[in-house]
Amino acid sequence: MKSTFLHPYKWIVIIFLILNFLPAKAQKTIKPDADNGGIKTPKGFGAIQVVPSVGRLRHIAVDGNGNIFVKLNYLKDGKGIYVLRDTDEDGKADDIQGFGNYIGTGMAIGNGYLYASSDSSVYRYPLTPKGVDTSKIETIVASVPYSSNHPAKSITLDNEGKLYMNIGAPSNACQENDRTKGSPGMNPCPLLEHYGGIWQFDANKQGQKQADGERFATGLRNCVALEWDSYSKNLYVVQHGRDQLDMLFPKLYTHEQNAELPAEEFFMLKKGSDCGWPYCYYDQFQKKKIESPEYGGDSKKTDKCQGKNLPIMAFPGHWAPNDLLFYHGSQFPEKYKNGAFIAFHGSWNRAPMMQAGYFVAFVPFKDGKPSGDWEVFAEGFAGGPEVKSPNDAKHRPMGLAEGPDGSLYITDSVVGTIWRIVYKGAN
Amino acid sequence: MKKLFAIGMLIVIYSAGYGQVKKAAAKPVVIHPGKKIYDEYCLSCHQEDGMGVPGMNPPLSKTEWVLGDKTRLIKVLLNGMKTPLEINGEVFHNPMPQHDFLTDQQLADVLTYIRSNFGNKAAAITAAEVKTIRAVK
Repeated sequence: MKSTFLHPYKWIVIIFLILNFLPAKAQKTIKPDADNGGIKTPKGFGAIQVVPSVGRLRHIAVDGNGNIFVKLNYLKDGKGIYVLRDTDEDGKADDIQGFGNYIGTGMAIGNGYLYASSDSSVYRYPLTPKGVDTSKIETIVASVPYSSNHPAKSITLDNEGKLYMNIGAPSNACQENDRTKGSPGMNPCPLLEHYGGIWQFDANKQGQKQADGERFATGLRNCVALEWDSYSKNLYVVQHGRDQLDMLFPKLYTHEQNAELPAEEFFMLKKGSDCGWPYCYYDQFQKKKIESPEYGGDSKKTDKCQGKNLPIMAFPGHWAPNDLLFYHGSQFPEKYKNGAFIAFHGSWNRAPMMQAGYFVAFVPFKDGKPSGDWEVFAEGFAGGPEVKSPNDAKHRPMGLAEGPDGSLYITDSVVGTIWRIVYKGAN
Repeated sequence: MKKLFAIGMLIVIYSAGYGQVKKAAAKPVVIHPGKKIYDEYCLSCHQEDGMGVPGMNPPLSKTEWVLGDKTRLIKVLLNGMKTPLEINGEVFHNPMPQHDFLTDQQLADVLTYIRSNFGNKAAAITAAEVKTIRAVK
């Protein structure tokens, strides 16, 4: 029988490796900022500003080495992606490099690559210990339709080599003239052919066009927040619901009703799901899909909405869910395991009422479904007790990522702050 | 919601009273006829302060689009406008819907209102000016 005991020189190598990696393993404890990064987190948690301002940020991804990648929707010094490193492990970025000359939203890590989206394409770069190799850029998806209205092509990767992309509808409610009082809804809505849903692509094949992808789900107005949950192996999105029920249909909806309706819908998607836009919206008070007034709805009728995919959770209107993250780490307490964090960018269409959102929520999950109500996780981004106009917000939560140690990262779209949330312990 | 509204009303009443105490001779409040049109059709996107929404709806405060050429401004309301629109480096993505269903007088009122509020000081627009542009649009 062949001995499985290792040769002495192999032991030397192993001991050397252990010694070499010990300091890296025994990470310094990240100390939250004295002012908790200017935001409020639950008891036992703390926040640190990784960087105070790095441009107008969208989504974020963190690799296995803790390197942070962020996408910008305005170029900063000619660059649309930044990689931030914390070489002395004090929680603050000390090496910041930019690359990529395009703006966009999507950031995802998988298959040893960083995937980044512009408003019409998806590119990827092989990961290196300190970032990516920009000389080996590949175009995975080329030229899906660009539209100024709802341009964000947010992306996520599953466990089986597929990439999912949001292609938002360039419209509020598919009226002949968008957002115009008295303009009827187009029936059928022609925008649904190339927009208004989630497309699935091969994550490893270069140069795919929209026609090479598969339409995964339809009837979705715009889902900046989409995420494959590697635990339950499902695709989830949180939709930006339609605007301006009160302005377009003042006889059917008051300002107070418009401030809450329709719900921002949290969906679990299956192949072929139809979530109802633009024909239907979800009313969280009646707990039903309601026919859109552009298509003959009277704020109560439900006939045309039979069979439309129902949300697994409904949030108040206009909060603008801009990112979704399923937490798989072990740093946070058990209740957070496999649950969902949602970044609400904050409303504008509640005016003339006070605005709302502008925080990060947590939804506990069990077996791929919410197991309790949502709660506020991190707040205080806007910098005041209330927001009257979105311009008053000092920060707006935009993107979410989990670090290799289970820290939660949050980006800001206003000045580009990045926060890292850590769990300090119950005491 | 009712409770919130009641609190809001109390604040409004209180602030109004407070203002009057401070200024012994408070002027009677005259509401501009354009404000009603603004609140009904414009406020939801351009917001109460006329500052718009970053990345979505452009500001009306101190921009050449509002303060400048009257013909161009009247046409924006009559015909709407496609996006993206860039103002001072900020890109706005929501389209401007056409408002040709408003009367010449309503358009003149709301345009005069936005040209004389939100920090703006530009000449009034008359119903006759709107009528002329509408005839040739």
